[in-house]
Amino acid sequence: MTVYQISVFLENRTGQLAEITQILADNQINMCAISIAETSDYGVLRLIVDQPQKTTSILLEKGFILSKTPVTAVMVPDRPGGLAPVLQLIAEGEIDVEYMYSLFTHKAGNAYMVFRVSDNEKFTALLSQNGIHVADRQELGIGD
Amino acid sequence: MPMERYYQPEIECASREQILAWQNERLVGQVHNVWDNVPYYRKKMEEKGLTPDDIKGVEDLHKLPFVTKDDLREAYPYGLVARPLKDCVRIQSTSGTTGKRVVAFYTQHDIDLWEDCCARAIVAAGGTNEDVCQVSYGYGLFTGGPGLNGGSHKVGCLTIPTSSGNTERQIMFIRDLNATILCCTPSYAAYIGETMKEMGLTPDQIPLKAGIFGAEAWSEEMRQDIQNTLGIKAYDIYGLTELSGPGVSFECSAQTGMHINEDHFIAEIIDPKTGEVLPEGEQGELVFTSITKEAFPLLRYRTRDICVLSHEKCSCGRTFVKMCKPRGRSDDMLIIKGVNVFPSQIETVLIAQGYQANYQLIVDRVNNTDTLEVMVEMTPENFSDNLGKINEMEKHLVAALKAMLGIYAKVRLVAPKTIARSEGKAVRVIDKRKI
Repeated sequence: MTVYQISVFLENRTGQLAEITQILADNQINMCAISIAETSDYGVLRLIVDQPQKTTSILLEKGFILSKTPVTAVMVPDRPGGLAPVLQLIAEGEIDVEYMYSLFTHKAGNAYMVFRVSDNEKFTALLSQNGIHVADRQELGIGD
Repeated sequence: MPMERYYQPEIECASREQILAWQNERLVGQVHNVWDNVPYYRKKMEEKGLTPDDIKGVEDLHKLPFVTKDDLREAYPYGLVARPLKDCVRIQSTSGTTGKRVVAFYTQHDIDLWEDCCARAIVAAGGTNEDVCQVSYGYGLFTGGPGLNGGSHKVGCLTIPTSSGNTERQIMFIRDLNATILCCTPSYAAYIGETMKEMGLTPDQIPLKAGIFGAEAWSEEMRQDIQNTLGIKAYDIYGLTELSGPGVSFECSAQTGMHINEDHFIAEIIDPKTGEVLPEGEQGELVFTSITKEAFPLLRYRTRDICVLSHEKCSCGRTFVKMCKPRGRSDDMLIIKGVNVFPSQIETVLIAQGYQANYQLIVDRVNNTDTLEVMVEMTPENFSDNLGKINEMEKHLVAALKAMLGIYAKVRLVAPKTIARSEGKAVRVIDKRKI
């Protein structure tokens, strides 16, 4: 069950982010991860939410521009050096990381990192070969 | 007060009767020329039921149909050329309304007369063969550089063809070669002036004594600024590529309007809505007929510049009618950094690049340099979760705009529905320049 990220176009002006988070709050949508990439004029808000379909349709209805992107949520031990082996694998496998960010979680002892990479299949295959756990939607509490 | 000088005194100070006699004769000749050699004109005249015999002089000019930029586009590239191409020696070009450029053709004779007009402007600004004239207008398809360059040669000035840009080098030449006359756009003159000021140069350390500035609108305040910073007298010059280039009209020592070179161009002021010719002194759209052009004659060309003509006697002794600085446009053309920009050109690019035709242009003048910002709404198709890809799209758009307009435009991507959809006429342009 692939995890999808919702990417939203943000104009760089006061209140844009507050507007979106308020919409999510009003609709009882919970965010599992949030990250922003920006230039001086605009940005891309990246969200992982518990109700992706509902979020997509509400934001589209409000006139936002967005896209759905498959990403990989990787479980890593929450301790020094927990992430390093994953990135080592990526480097050795010659996979490019477009971006990555962390996901909020309540699971003790572990953290989740969200990856957007050049070759998703190769990446997941590589992870499972090396016994690294890739989270699915259910595990992260993400519905349809 | 120095004695007024003229390049061609017998023409520039001719009696009004003489000027009218030249215009009558040349107009009749030009009408026959286009009737015989330009099927496009013949058709336009026939549609109005006219033959060359109907035009006996300037008093019949109003009968002729207008020529507009749309005609130039329709006839592009050769449709209005009145001489075999083997007799043409040059083209110059400027922006058209929707991407098709205006291409004007010249015979050697046309270039000679054009350069005469520019020479008149240089002499009116006090230029002689003892002057060093730096031409900092762009050279190339733009008429500014070639026109003033030719005029400067005719006057016999030592000509420095720096073209535009590289301000440090401009200043180096002005100082090292003792340039006394500077030709460029007023905004570039102001920029050069400010740079010199920053370098700690005072007006008495700058050898320049006069400047001939045109190709864009500038205010009296800007003139004062430039005159004070550079310690010069700043003269305005007006022209259009369609008619030849700079030198259609030029300022004299009186600095109260530009004398139209009436031995080559007949000027009319019309009501832009009805096309009716307006009496002298009334404000309206300026219309020109080029009566000596061989290769690319234009009859009643609508400039879209809003203007007033004045036959009041001028203290300089010239008898040519004077036009005021253009007070606006009767179309939506913008002049940015001396370059003609039509919103429709930008629209063409946006649509080709997959953006909505809903956009807004913000024109400003920062440090005396025009800036253009194109606000355009992001579309679902152009959006990506990858910022690099959006950046890439933006760069493509900037490059496509540069290719179309010839100048850099900053692109600002905004959220959908940010740009107001006004009822009726959309507010496409916000011009913040105070000119």
